[in-house]
Amino acid sequence: MSYLLELRQVVKEYNSLKAVDHVSFSVPESSIVGLLGPNGAGKTSLIRIITGITQADSGNVLLHNQDIYKIKDPSIGYMPEERGLYKKMKVGEQLIFLTRLKGLSKQDAERNVVFWMKKFQIESWWNKKVNELSKGMSQKVQFIATVCHQPKLIILDEPFSGLDPINTNLIKQEIQRLKNEGASILFSTHRMEQVEEMCEHIVLINKGKIVLNGEVNEVRDRFKENLFEVKTESGIPDSIHELFEVIPESENHFYIRLKANQQNNDILSWLLSKEVKIKSFNELLPTFNEIFIKTVNESSHE
Amino acid sequence: MNKLGLIISREYLTKVKNKSFIFTTLLTPLGFLVFFVVIGVIFSYEGSKTYRIAILDKSEMNFELPQSTKKFAFIKSTNTLDSLKAQYLRDELDGILVLPKFAGVDVKAYTIYYYADKPMDIEVESNLENFLEDGVRDYKMKSLSLQKEQLDKLKTEISIDPEPVSATEKDRSAYTSKIATFIGGAMGYVIFFIIFLYGASVMRSVADEKVNRVVEIIISSAKPIDLMLGKVIGVGLVGLTQILIWVILIPIIYIIGMSISGINVQQLQEASQTMSQHQTVNGEELVNVIREISTMNWWKIAGLFVFYFVGGYFIYASMFAAIGAAAGDDINDTQSLTIFVTIPILLAMYVMFQAIRLPDSSLAIFASMFPLFSPIVMPALLAFDPPWWQILTSLMLLFLFSYFMIWFAGRIYRAGILMYGKKASIKEIGRWIWKG
Repeated sequence: MSYLLELRQVVKEYNSLKAVDHVSFSVPESSIVGLLGPNGAGKTSLIRIITGITQADSGNVLLHNQDIYKIKDPSIGYMPEERGLYKKMKVGEQLIFLTRLKGLSKQDAERNVVFWMKKFQIESWWNKKVNELSKGMSQKVQFIATVCHQPKLIILDEPFSGLDPINTNLIKQEIQRLKNEGASILFSTHRMEQVEEMCEHIVLINKGKIVLNGEVNEVRDRFKENLFEVKTESGIPDSIHELFEVIPESENHFYIRLKANQQNNDILSWLLSKEVKIKSFNELLPTFNEIFIKTVNESSHE
Repeated sequence: MNKLGLIISREYLTKVKNKSFIFTTLLTPLGFLVFFVVIGVIFSYEGSKTYRIAILDKSEMNFELPQSTKKFAFIKSTNTLDSLKAQYLRDELDGILVLPKFAGVDVKAYTIYYYADKPMDIEVESNLENFLEDGVRDYKMKSLSLQKEQLDKLKTEISIDPEPVSATEKDRSAYTSKIATFIGGAMGYVIFFIIFLYGASVMRSVADEKVNRVVEIIISSAKPIDLMLGKVIGVGLVGLTQILIWVILIPIIYIIGMSISGINVQQLQEASQTMSQHQTVNGEELVNVIREISTMNWWKIAGLFVFYFVGGYFIYASMFAAIGAAAGDDINDTQSLTIFVTIPILLAMYVMFQAIRLPDSSLAIFASMFPLFSPIVMPALLAFDPPWWQILTSLMLLFLFSYFMIWFAGRIYRAGILMYGKKASIKEIGRWIWKG
């Protein structure tokens, strides 16, 4: 697989505290990667290193296999967690300024800004000042400012915090679309349901170190506990305890954990052989919330 | 356009297009006009009241009654003081002057009594004193049988005309140092105000970006030093624009205003002269002053003024920018840190006043070299024609130091703008400078 962004052993210290401690991971082309971690884990420090706002003490950050600090105007769009725009500047002027600051010509910047404002149906705001906009409106403008220069890598720090449901949906759709058009999105979040919904890869960091890194499905598999939920119409024979580890919930509802040499079909065939009427049978996969808490707690106790 | 250019033009255009900029730029000269008109009206105000003053002359010097004017009506009275007091109470008089017996020509001090329930205003008092002094002098002259012409002959106007020793030095007039002091002081003032006003504007702008959080987006696309410099230069250009507009607008409005209100400059001068009791500038003196001003090397002064302005502005504006970056989310935080700028700049101001008084003193020479003071002190000394080596050394030091200051402020700025929340401590700022 070809990687768009690669971090190799990146270290950043603040006052002898390692905010980023030998972090290595990659962002493939055309993918959505979630950067997770508790507060103060070093997410923002890491993002600031990738965006070139601060430089790493050691290690490499490569974009298309090139040292990112040596690229003039690396193709990165960045939306910080702390949103901000010039309050007294008009929307149109502001977006053109921010886009040109990314190295686009005046004509290209203007064309892109018009395109995005039409797309979000906000052309009529062109001459409005930012401090005249509602919060939801300025969130749209902020997003346009991030993607208007057509970056290959889009970094979003807590993109959905403070967004209303309509804008959340809009931004989700746009993220998917941008990904389909070939961009890669790296976003940090606390909200695990978004990780499950959107990400293909996750990178979980705690105390500046990577504690979990991989494809979403693979990570989920890694954390599965071989636990199955069974619902029946009638009770089941007590002899089940001889074969399986059972955690009863009620008479017709229980959980079964497989032992080392057992398959999930073993449960089904045993139940069928006892003529138990099965209403539902499904594997209980860990939620990312659980994975997150488990991993962070484990790594914190090390 | 490169990024620095973009940042400068954004800073410049948003500031210049701002309504409050347009208002202050246009309204300030109007404010000046109103100020001058009001001052003119105040000074030309004579008051319509006529003071009726009875003079009870017991001096036995045959005092000649001064001529009555619009302001004073003098009545020589032979009544008793009591009956005059009664008249006063009936509001037929505004005051009673009682001249006690005058002992003779040897008397150096002579007290005259003024009876009234209200205190005398200053103008009435000084006018009356003048009248009475003249009267007493006339009496003394008569007693000593002196002629007025003889007395006039005793008066001699003295003026000191400085002449150069070396042939290369230009001849100066007696006015040179006075005019130089005035022009120097004015130049120092102008630089002081510009640096202070626009420097503070840079600080606000930086703190604003930090509070808005827009700074993080900007420095993910441009270098922090570009952002800081762009701001400093942008605001500086705004300042120059404003000054240019004022330089053009103020004289126009002034002339228009004066012709509308019918007040002319001369009237103003007369008014202020009667107030301060200075001698009127006579024609010859005025010509000398104008000639002196025109012989000054204005190209040199104006050119160097610009250099000192630029250097001084960069030094102080970058200090202001660093303070803006170190401030927390509350812009008022900057107040405790601005002391690092206000102290040197105020000191420079005081040193400047001392330096134009003693332009050859070692204090003046030191201050004209020391980069924190020189932008204010040296322009003030230019009118005294300091030697070129001093000017060049001072300029070199100034620009070296402003380069250093931009670098130094840049270190603080770079770290400061990303620290949200509370204001930075001095210790933290120190760490930013050393560690970056």
